Amino acid sequence: MGILKTFALGGVHPEENKLSANAAIETLPPPKQAIVPLGQNLGAPSKPLVKKGDKVKVGQLIAEAGGFISTNIHSPVSGTVLKIDNVIDGTGFKRPGVVINVEGDEWDEGIDRSDEIVSDISLNPQEIVDRIKQAGLVGMGGATFPTYVKLMPPPGKTAEYLIINGVECEPYLTSDHRLMLEKSQEVIIGTRLLMKALKVEKAIIGIENNKQDAINHLSQLTKSIDGITVMALKVKYPQGGEKQLIKAAVNREVPSGKLPIEVGCVVQNVGTAFSVYEAVQKNKPLFERVVSVTGKDIKKPSNFMARVGTPIQQLLDAAEGVPENTGKIIGGGPMMGKAITSPEVPVVKGTSGILLMKKEESSRKTTGPCIRCSRCSTVCPMGLEPYLLTKASKLGKYDIAEKEMIMDCIECGSCQFTCPASIPLLDFLRLGKGKVGHIMRNRNKK
Amino acid sequence: MTMFTVSGSPHVHGNESTGKIMYGVVFAMVPAALVSVYYFGLDSIRVMLLSIVACMFFEWLIQKYLIKGPITLNDGSALVTGILLAFNVPTNLPGWIIIIGALVAIGMAKMSFGGLGKNIFNPALVARVFLLISFPVQMTSWPKPVPITEGFADVITGPTPLAIVKEGLDAGKSMSELQADLPAYTDYLIGQMGGSLGEVSAIALILGGLFMVWKKIITWEIPTSILVTVFVFSGILWLIDPAYNPDPFFHLITGGMMLGAIFMATDMVSSPMTRGGQLVYGFGIGLLTMLIRVWGAYPEGVSFAILLMNAATPLLNMGFKPRRFGAKPGIELNK
Amino acid sequence: MDNIIIIAVAALGGLGLVAAVVLYFIASKFKVIEDPKIDEVEEALPAANCGGCGSPGCRAFAEATVVSAKEKKSLDGLFCPVGGNDVMQIVGSILNLEVTTQAPLIAVIRCNGSHANTPAKVKYEGASSCAFAHALFAGEGGCQYSCLSEGDCVDACDFDAIHMNPETGLPVVNDKCTACGACVEACPRDIIELRKKGPKDRRIFVSCINQEKGGPAKKNCAVACIGCSKCEKECKFDAITITNFLAYIDFEKCTLCRKCVEVCPTNAIHEINFKPRKPRPEKAPGAVPRKPVPKVAQPDKPVTMETETETAVAEKVEKKESPDNGKA
Repeated sequence: MGILKTFALGGVHPEENKLSANAAIETLPPPKQAIVPLGQNLGAPSKPLVKKGDKVKVGQLIAEAGGFISTNIHSPVSGTVLKIDNVIDGTGFKRPGVVINVEGDEWDEGIDRSDEIVSDISLNPQEIVDRIKQAGLVGMGGATFPTYVKLMPPPGKTAEYLIINGVECEPYLTSDHRLMLEKSQEVIIGTRLLMKALKVEKAIIGIENNKQDAINHLSQLTKSIDGITVMALKVKYPQGGEKQLIKAAVNREVPSGKLPIEVGCVVQNVGTAFSVYEAVQKNKPLFERVVSVTGKDIKKPSNFMARVGTPIQQLLDAAEGVPENTGKIIGGGPMMGKAITSPEVPVVKGTSGILLMKKEESSRKTTGPCIRCSRCSTVCPMGLEPYLLTKASKLGKYDIAEKEMIMDCIECGSCQFTCPASIPLLDFLRLGKGKVGHIMRNRNKK
Repeated sequence: MTMFTVSGSPHVHGNESTGKIMYGVVFAMVPAALVSVYYFGLDSIRVMLLSIVACMFFEWLIQKYLIKGPITLNDGSALVTGILLAFNVPTNLPGWIIIIGALVAIGMAKMSFGGLGKNIFNPALVARVFLLISFPVQMTSWPKPVPITEGFADVITGPTPLAIVKEGLDAGKSMSELQADLPAYTDYLIGQMGGSLGEVSAIALILGGLFMVWKKIITWEIPTSILVTVFVFSGILWLIDPAYNPDPFFHLITGGMMLGAIFMATDMVSSPMTRGGQLVYGFGIGLLTMLIRVWGAYPEGVSFAILLMNAATPLLNMGFKPRRFGAKPGIELNK
Repeated sequence: MDNIIIIAVAALGGLGLVAAVVLYFIASKFKVIEDPKIDEVEEALPAANCGGCGSPGCRAFAEATVVSAKEKKSLDGLFCPVGGNDVMQIVGSILNLEVTTQAPLIAVIRCNGSHANTPAKVKYEGASSCAFAHALFAGEGGCQYSCLSEGDCVDACDFDAIHMNPETGLPVVNDKCTACGACVEACPRDIIELRKKGPKDRRIFVSCINQEKGGPAKKNCAVACIGCSKCEKECKFDAITITNFLAYIDFEKCTLCRKCVEVCPTNAIHEINFKPRKPRPEKAPGAVPRKPVPKVAQPDKPVTMETETETAVAEKVEKKESPDNGKA
């Protein structure tokens, strides 16, 4: 196979723990009550279109985009709108959402529910983008950036490569892996749709070589398709980061503060490619997704196709319950996921996995003094100096933090993962990033 | 109901810890310690034990009664300082001088800056230089190495090879005349020469160094750039006038060169953080060492050179930044 | 020999002379004419350089006062919160201006979500920074308006006036507070407000900023303001307004009559430094006086204080007579 490609700077190797890799995707029944938060994407929250007492069908538009960077939200269930009120989200904050009492499972007429694979692409690029926008697609990797925005390069910029992110470098998570195995046709058609929408000739599906079965399977299927290559990549975290993946796949570096389009690349997740297929070919908006439910003590590590708005508790029950010894619930993977305060919160478009940590894994180690070993700096995939930025942020020296490019931090957590003194580096980096970002926005306003 | 923990990502941690690093260093020092026991006998064990106990005692004392902070004896840093201090003194050094050295190392060079991670200078080296200046007679009377297999002979003191060369050259003798007084090169490598406890065996030190590079405790940049600089510098002098300059290998394997390059200069706390900075730092140490050895008053200059470059570390950290991602886009940018 | 001395003296003297002339010309060329009053005013200021006045330091404030005095003939809008009225009077006398006295302010913590009142549902681990914790999650007790207990306000204070009470997990302000506003800025949840210090340090305020409806608010916290508007009806002076299910007492209008405190069903309204009121056994237990009777046992008083221990601790420390308690 030759030398596998990867990104150049930094990176770490956390234990992979892909416990649910062999669990086929199970479709979960709709919940009794769906809680659909209105802020499911990066950017502005959506504006509700329904009111209390309205009857809704599966796939019906219930909230429309509330700004340029915002998305439509469709009802994941059929039933009656109970209320539009503040609902609790994963962080414990109460934010607006639509609560729907589920009655039956009646789908919107426009949705093609057959299993038949539609492989002919009849739409033109603009129509594809419009469908994607209509369907409320967001990046399924976890960042939930509205997909259609990425498909509309700013004037004067053209894309050369479409890179499909099948890296799934987060430990534990397997939802993309399962999609590539079980929905491979759909993913490839989705890729072709994205290529057409972006008007690019070349697409690369990047997969880390710990998913050999997916690499083989997709290589087989793409053999006859011009322009799509499947690229096996060396396992290294955070290869799934957009900038790292571009570096690994086409050896280009996105300049600081710029978007991938600057180097002619657009990156989309495998999950997004699948949803693109469903949205464009099957007219099915984004209201369900694959969620890995995993953890070392969990009885049945699984991958579920779950509706948005399903309480996490229902997924945990389907995986045969929360083990006694659970100390932390994480939405997403262990490196970048967010700790969830209560299992009552719903699945949203960006939920790629639910990870239960054992009690003894949940607590952080005691922090010691920095011994200036520079490991944080060595593993930083962006070539930053986390120890310095942490100090600057702790002392409120935001000018230094800005000069040392704190805004380039991708919050991958490699620094904190590797720190021998267990210093909460990323906590302070996030804090500093927030403050510096605020300062910069204020400066731009003036 | 169980209470869940909430914290920022990442939620997993690699298995690195300060203690692991420190005990790795200790492990890497074992070969050199064994060689010293072989050549200097029980005295070597006495010095090492005394130095370790004194360093750890002072660390505990200061943390408990002066700083009144948490006691972090088991992170191993005082242990490392203790062994390194022992490595840097002759084995016939009186116990009370070692204790003074430990106090200087821990109290003055480490704790007065705020403890582990905050010191500017390498504690063991500060102590060594302090002792060298305060007790020059005791610190420069080196016992002759006698293999332990030849029984416990009385300790005979003699000069180090560097001192022989320095004094000889100053007295106007040429290298060929001095050759008779010097040990053979194989002796240097395995450690049969006069010198401080841990510095004599180049092979043992290199073994330790390789272990540390393998375990990623140190980077290869610092030792390599020091040794290359010394080699090139002394090589030039040797090529100019081989009669009055020892050859480059002599400089590499005598005195504290190996110990300094592998164990002292690579101390994480007091060395630069980035590759570029580390290369310049190593170059500076090599250059200063050679300047002191060739034209200075002391026959040995590694400790002074390292301390001087320690002081330059913050500057190097400021000047040499890691390569930032995105600095070289790889293509002409979309305009 | 003499020659050398003469040459040396002449050379050095000449050098000195040349330097003096150069310096003189440079000094006169680059002379900055500054109002000497700026120095005088600066002298009178407390030199805390806290920025509480809005200027980036005492010198800048002194300049601002002198400019204002020259241009507007008044010191309106300029007030040194640290020095207070005394210092402003001195500043006024330097600048020959009348200075209107302002009521002294003090920082008030508008949250009573102590560990007992708002039981923790999750455990937070990470950087001890409220700003970070605020970005991460709602709070250990589940209330997204509550104090996060990580002490950003304590770090922000230059005057040693605010400390965390480890028992309650809430900050406590002592009388060193100069109302500079640093803690108000630092708090990511806007819990701290500068309020009128009040006569004899007496003040009444709503110790809650929860804008949720009564039910959800009460679910997380026993002493949350539920927006029942009983206090609003009780207040004869229009000092209390309810917005977003939250009562707010306007300290300019409040007459410290204490009627609202009695009617509050959740004990969200706090009164500080008042004398214990006469026992009123027929009242509901929610409206008992909140301040414990200092030391002297009063056996005739009904013991109906079980809900008040938490507030009592906080208030006791705030009490002026025992400032030592503040050094928690």
